[in-house]
Amino acid sequence: MFAHNSVIILLTLLVAIMASIMPLPLSVDAFRPDWVLIVLVYWCMALPGRVNIITAWVMGFLLDVLLGSVLGVHAAAMAVSVFIVAENFQKIRNFSIWQQALIMGVLAALYHLVVFWLQRFLIDVSFLTSYLYPVITTIVLWPWVFYLLRKVRRHFSIK
Amino acid sequence: MNPIFKHGPSPQHRLVLVLFCSALLIFFDHKMASFESLRGYLQSMVSPLQYLANTPKLALTWVSTNVTTRQQLTAENQQFRLNELEFHEQAMQLDIIKQENERLRSLLASPLRSELKKMVAEILSVDSDPYTHQIVINRGARDDVHEGQPVLDALGIVGQILHVGQTTSRVILITDISHAVPVRVKRNGLRLLASGSGQIDRLNHNFVSQSADIKIGDILVTSGLGGKYPEGYPVSTISFVSNNESREFSRVYSTPIAQIDRLRYLLLLSDKEPVSIFAPKAKPLTETQDKSLIKPQVQSQIKFKVTN
Repeated sequence: MFAHNSVIILLTLLVAIMASIMPLPLSVDAFRPDWVLIVLVYWCMALPGRVNIITAWVMGFLLDVLLGSVLGVHAAAMAVSVFIVAENFQKIRNFSIWQQALIMGVLAALYHLVVFWLQRFLIDVSFLTSYLYPVITTIVLWPWVFYLLRKVRRHFSIK
Repeated sequence: MNPIFKHGPSPQHRLVLVLFCSALLIFFDHKMASFESLRGYLQSMVSPLQYLANTPKLALTWVSTNVTTRQQLTAENQQFRLNELEFHEQAMQLDIIKQENERLRSLLASPLRSELKKMVAEILSVDSDPYTHQIVINRGARDDVHEGQPVLDALGIVGQILHVGQTTSRVILITDISHAVPVRVKRNGLRLLASGSGQIDRLNHNFVSQSADIKIGDILVTSGLGGKYPEGYPVSTISFVSNNESREFSRVYSTPIAQIDRLRYLLLLSDKEPVSIFAPKAKPLTETQDKSLIKPQVQSQIKFKVTN
């Protein structure tokens, strides 16, 4: 994990975390894409030996601490979403970029629903459709993040 | 490229392990609340991240404060002058009323209200998690922040301190679904409970009887019951009262007075006075506290010791 060039992976994850806690105006905030999930899914698809469910869980745990939710909620949701990628990375790699974006949307929706279900189970939150707005932005964001991270991976020849 | 057939545990095993960890964490954090002290440490550990994530906003505000025209500045200055005049006049009146109130209270032999210690804090980050309404501020244990401390903005109550880190702390807002404030109607003193709805612009009031005298536009202030919030600070204005007589209770909603969606500077209040004589022993005095404000406490402590 901490071998050569793994630092770059960690750095991208750190930037993703930063982007997901950065203060934004309230109107835009509902549309904040799931940065951490996107970056994790990319790395898990590209280098499943490097970034796996454990990494996802740790990142989710960090998010839990940063967002002040009950510890373990985001961690579990992140792990479940990344598990699907870890199981099917060879299939997903062969899809076109827009198909991948749609799969990314499904994963993001699953992530948000798992978080919602757990929260519903713990504290009585009611469902608002605005909880699923990030799915849209995540789908739109995927191609750009994909090309950017691929460039990063090739430039630093991370294996 | 790594080989396709990897060594190490399979994804399924990892998932089971990780979900088990999550379940344990959720159980111990939510049901047993056994992570309260650990949360403080975690909060301190991640605070550099929060400071770092806040830098773009800081840069933008720096730019917007530095790139202003002279005209704007003079206009602003004039506005401030007018405001100051007005506030000064109000403060004079307040002083007289305060003195009068104190005299009356001493006549009635009721306890004098103590001055509250105030501290200004700035918001570091607002949670992007839609299920909890929390913010992080740039004050922590180093500034003598403690759990449960009430937090205000210029207009009204915002929330209370939830977790304290070394240099940052987390504030739970009154609109959070797990938070409630004891309030009373300013007009007639009717006691209510304002519980968060999970929506940024609404507070719910449960178990309000149909005959209760509440009108739209009524101002709710803290009632001081429960001992968390000091008495008399504005909380919300009533925005909706249902008059459906077939229900057992009437539905009442209100909108927070504090501008919860555009907070920037906050005020932390602290009364270091023990709430009652049965309250646990006060902590030893530190030098950072203002001596003049805590004198009554010292005296009461000494008295308490003597009677012991």
